[in-house]
Parts: sequence; C-alpha cells; structure tokens
Amino acid sequence: MKVLQIVEQAFRTLTEEQDDTILWLTQCMHVHGEDTHLSVLLAGHAVTYAVQQKPQPALTLGDWQQSEPADIRRDLDGLLSKGIPVHVLHEDLAARGLARLTLHEGVEVLYRDQLPELYEKADRIWQW
Amino acid sequence: MSDSKTLAFAFMDPPFESERTVTFFRLLDAALERGAHVKVFAYEGAVALSFAKQQPHGNAVHGRDAAQEAHPLTREWIAALQRKAAARKLQFDWINCGLCVDERGVNEAIDGCRRGGPADFWREASAATNSLTIGTR
Repeated sequence: MKVLQIVEQAFRTLTEEQDDTILWLTQCMHVHGEDTHLSVLLAGHAVTYAVQQKPQPALTLGDWQQSEPADIRRDLDGLLSKGIPVHVLHEDLAARGLARLTLHEGVEVLYRDQLPELYEKADRIWQW
Repeated sequence: MSDSKTLAFAFMDPPFESERTVTFFRLLDAALERGAHVKVFAYEGAVALSFAKQQPHGNAVHGRDAAQEAHPLTREWIAALQRKAAARKLQFDWINCGLCVDERGVNEAIDGCRRGGPADFWREASAATNSLTIGTR
C-alpha cells in the first residue's frame, strides 16, 4: 500500500514527545521488504520543519530540566535514510517568508500544481 | 497569605497532544518566577496532567532507552513547580475537576493535587488578582 502522510500542524507536542509525532509514526510504520510505501508532505505550519537549523530549545520548569529536546533534523534524516521521500509545499514556505532559506538536505520542494500527481501516486492519503 | 498577587488559571488540554500544554506550564513557571501565588483548575483532559501513574519509556526510533530518553512527564512538571513555589513561600494550588477525573479514570493524582469542582475555580478566580482560561481548540 502506498500512503502519503500530510503533516500540516507543527509543534503541537514537540516538547513532550521530543519529536514530531507523525514523523515518528511514519518511521515506525516503515518495514523493510514489506509492501509499505510511505511518503511525507510538509504543508501549512509544518513547512517550517524543512528549514530547521537546530534542535528545539530545552524546556526548564522550576528545577526540572529537559535533557533530550526534539530535533526535527534528526527526524527528517530518519525518514530519508529509510528511503521515505519528504516533500515540502513551496507556496506555504513562501507565505511564511521561508522560501529562500536553506532546505534540509534531501527534502524536495513541490508546487501546488504538482499535488494532484503526488496524490494520484498514493493509495491512501492521511492528513494529520 | 503574603502581599503577592494571585493568579488563577483554568486549563483544558491533556498531556501529549497540544503545544498549548507546554505554553500553559511556562506561564505557571513565569508567574512563580515573578512572585505570584498560583491557583490551577484542571478541567476536562487537563486532569490527566497530574496523573500519578504516568510512566516514562524508551524510544527505539530515537535509539535511546528509558533513562537516555528522559521522557517528559507532566506530573513531574507539576512537582517541579510545587517545589519552586515552596522554595519561594508561594502558594501553588492544583484542583482537578472531580467529574472529569471520574470520566477518565485518572483518580490517582500526585501529592499536592486535590479533587474539586467548578465552584472552586469560581471562588479562586473571585479572590485572585486576575484569571486566565485556556480552552481546548
């Protein structure tokens, strides 16, 4: 089965889970040698993931100090190293003034008029 | 009570689902940092924030065991804020909506968190310098 995971919400539980939950879920679903074909589209606020330059700041509350804050760059590398394509929507980058920033290596920019072709390749589209 | 201001908060979001949860905790920490007494009314899913049986776990995707992962737990955040308040001689009162607790079966709260109801928040907000409600979206 070919599944396209569309991630639109960003940062919703990044601090507590120490990753993006859908990027994590996608890595967990990937099984080598099985009929599992996953791809990811970053859209909406999640396009910011494609231009992250450093890990999330560690949270401090009273004397509680986070030691392993989320690192979206690691999450993207985990996907890409498994052969899971990661796309980012150009128009949503541009709307946020991010289109000229350096993209994470391996992330592919798509334009909105290319989406139908991407959707046609998938058996299922899961929008998160 | 000292001359410090008192801030009352009502919060609805559960742990592990919304960025609002972290923002809420940062507000509580900032309030204590500025010397304010804090009153919290945890409503609906927020009653799980103080659930005593929250457990950390390892994360195979991250390649870390439970100790290395040091998974954040909201019950530990509450405890840290309780300690901060005590060290500064400030009040940090946490009330869980009792009916919301029953619905979810999260009856075991950490020490210092107690069961109450909407009337408690009304009273605390009435007596507070100001109040802030943060609802689920």
